[in-house]
Amino acid sequence: MDHFRRANRALIVASVAAMSLPMAIPASAQETFKLGIVTFLSGPAADSFGVPARNGAQFVIDQLNKGSVPSPYEKVGFGGMKVEPVIIDENGGATKQVQELRNLYQRDNVDVVLGYISSGDCLAVAPIAEELKKMLVLMDCGTPRIFEEAKYNYVFRTAAHATMDNVGLVRYMKAKNIKMDTLSAINQDYAWGQDSRADFVAAAQQLYPNVKVQTDLLPKFGAGQYGTEISALVGAGSDVVYSSLWGGDLQAFVLQSAPRGLPKRSQLVFSAADHVLPPLGDKMPDGTIIGARGSYGLMSQKSPLNDWLFRGYEAANGVYPVQAAYRITQSILGLKAAVEKAMSKNGGKKPSTDEMVAAMTGLEWLSPGGLIQMKLADGHQAIQPIAFSRTKYNPDLKRVDLIDIQYFAAECVNPPPGVKSIEWIKGGMQGAKCN
Amino acid sequence: MRKGLHPLVMIALIAMVTLAGRALPTWTLSLATIAASNALIALGIVVLARTGNVSFGQGLFFAAGGYGVALIANTWGLTDAMAQVIVGAACGGLLGLVIGPLIARYSGIFFGMLTLALSMVFYGALVKSTALGGSDGFNVGRPSLFGMSFTDPREADFMLYAVSVIVTGFAGIAATILFRSEFGLASLAVRENNLRVEYLGLSANRIISINFLIAAIFAGASGAFALMAQRHIDPQFAYWTTSGEFVFVAVLAGNQSVAAVFVASMALELVRSFSNLYLPNTWQLVLGVFLLGVILFLPRGIGSLWIRDRRKRRIPAAATLTAERGAAP
Repeated sequence: MDHFRRANRALIVASVAAMSLPMAIPASAQETFKLGIVTFLSGPAADSFGVPARNGAQFVIDQLNKGSVPSPYEKVGFGGMKVEPVIIDENGGATKQVQELRNLYQRDNVDVVLGYISSGDCLAVAPIAEELKKMLVLMDCGTPRIFEEAKYNYVFRTAAHATMDNVGLVRYMKAKNIKMDTLSAINQDYAWGQDSRADFVAAAQQLYPNVKVQTDLLPKFGAGQYGTEISALVGAGSDVVYSSLWGGDLQAFVLQSAPRGLPKRSQLVFSAADHVLPPLGDKMPDGTIIGARGSYGLMSQKSPLNDWLFRGYEAANGVYPVQAAYRITQSILGLKAAVEKAMSKNGGKKPSTDEMVAAMTGLEWLSPGGLIQMKLADGHQAIQPIAFSRTKYNPDLKRVDLIDIQYFAAECVNPPPGVKSIEWIKGGMQGAKCN
Repeated sequence: MRKGLHPLVMIALIAMVTLAGRALPTWTLSLATIAASNALIALGIVVLARTGNVSFGQGLFFAAGGYGVALIANTWGLTDAMAQVIVGAACGGLLGLVIGPLIARYSGIFFGMLTLALSMVFYGALVKSTALGGSDGFNVGRPSLFGMSFTDPREADFMLYAVSVIVTGFAGIAATILFRSEFGLASLAVRENNLRVEYLGLSANRIISINFLIAAIFAGASGAFALMAQRHIDPQFAYWTTSGEFVFVAVLAGNQSVAAVFVASMALELVRSFSNLYLPNTWQLVLGVFLLGVILFLPRGIGSLWIRDRRKRRIPAAATLTAERGAAP
């Protein structure tokens, strides 16, 4: 009996040793990479950004784990490790997000957290990740303040901040000879709307020195009814009406302003409107100038990587991918590139947080929306190219096509390192390289 | 008088809970910090509810405490955790001192709506103030304690946990003593029949004002804790859903036991966190079902689990949070 027990124990020891053996050698198929993903699954931003981002993440991770992403991302998962996502909801305010970020790192032991759409959430979670010395990849939020007001080692943003949306938009209008002697604006009364308005007006005053701002409206977030605002805009009859509205608010504004003739009186320019094209369809007035916060969706440039995302996402979800899906894809691919770069340096082991951080700093990688370069904030903030275009409804395909597409290089629409965005715009956008 | 735990026993209990923090996993520490901070503000609501008035705008004082501490911390570099709590309590208290006497003249739904309106006015002003970061808010540095700074994340979390548990615990003891005092009983009498209280020579308005002030001080201190735990503040602190959540904690707890407030607050945080992890698409539903379940099966709050019988004998049918003020005398 005793003999048997001892033999049994030896067997267990041996098998445990055998099982742990592959752990010592390069990252094997059993090892996984646990990735926390935070995006809006409920609330006003869910339909427009959160859910497309979640769908994009699921599609990309699924493809990565199968090893069916085109070059240079053909390796399975992250350097051979399968990616295991933990998806949580971004809705509920910054207090909840800070708590959930801690839970992801400390309770669920995720290797990296990736996500966040709201600027307020990004500002709140960044210092927490830094304190916990854990890697955090911000994928979408707009405010330039994150890296302009603080320095982080463990925090990265894989998308350009909102400055390029408005600088690029004004450059596009100038390139297309849009007349803008008078300007009216309608933006939501919260940080995104206020900041976008400030950037656009500042950039417009640089390229259109004689522009006069007429009606400047700030309805509250989620207002939904714009009757009085549209009356004011129609009454002003400015050459251009600018708006950074998004989601349901933008749809409501477009639906309510078209019958009142606003698009006929004024040139409408929307800084971030591609995501409302599928739901609006023929209700979107032709000739509206729109941006997508990158060269995304119908404005994306042809490449094997882009075809893979566009077709694959469309097949999986029944609708073509727009900005949020592109942004999370470029984020995941960037993280994959960083992890694999770190593994090539450490001999193929699963990289530590510090190794991943070192690899991600200053990294450049290809994404479906073009080349992403971590050039600002000491290699922690990305810049990327952006596209703008005009809408034209296509009755055969029953969808809004985008024409007159023009691309702007990343360094043409983003500030150089070490300069605050708004000061760069007001200082005449020094150092911009526009071909 | 109703018999309860001796204050010394309660102090021992606080010490035990604080020391238990050494053994807890790290993620529970920050969760418990938030739960203790929410419990503190909900305790204020319970204090006020004993006069028959519910404030739906405690977010006002919560935000006042938070913004007060954040601005002082960023301007003068005040990082000490205890000092921040005192500053937060003072900010909340000062505002309560101004608003309390004005609002004490109203009762029931008017009282609730006015508090809600005031907090939303503050919210609107904060969203408009771009110097304070507008709706995105701004960050503050990490707190220290008595000159010690904590770089290890676990130690920093434990420090905050300990400070919040001790402060909230002592606030709980103070509230228990208050509830048993002459003043506390007079507050209950105001809820039952304020006219008779006036005939006794007491000022009902004054009693409500003082209770309101206590609730505001608790809310301000709670705002300081929330700020220290998340190092970020935004106007959401003053938004009505934030205030509503505190009322929820108070409803969950019932107004029979101070300890119930802490249990309810912790339970709510745990349910929220785990439902968000396992059911990211339907976590609100889980939270709602949990609240409904408590309201259906424990209509007098979680506190009724352990003091149901005694209370029933003493004050029959007395305690619903939204109790109306006394009818005709």
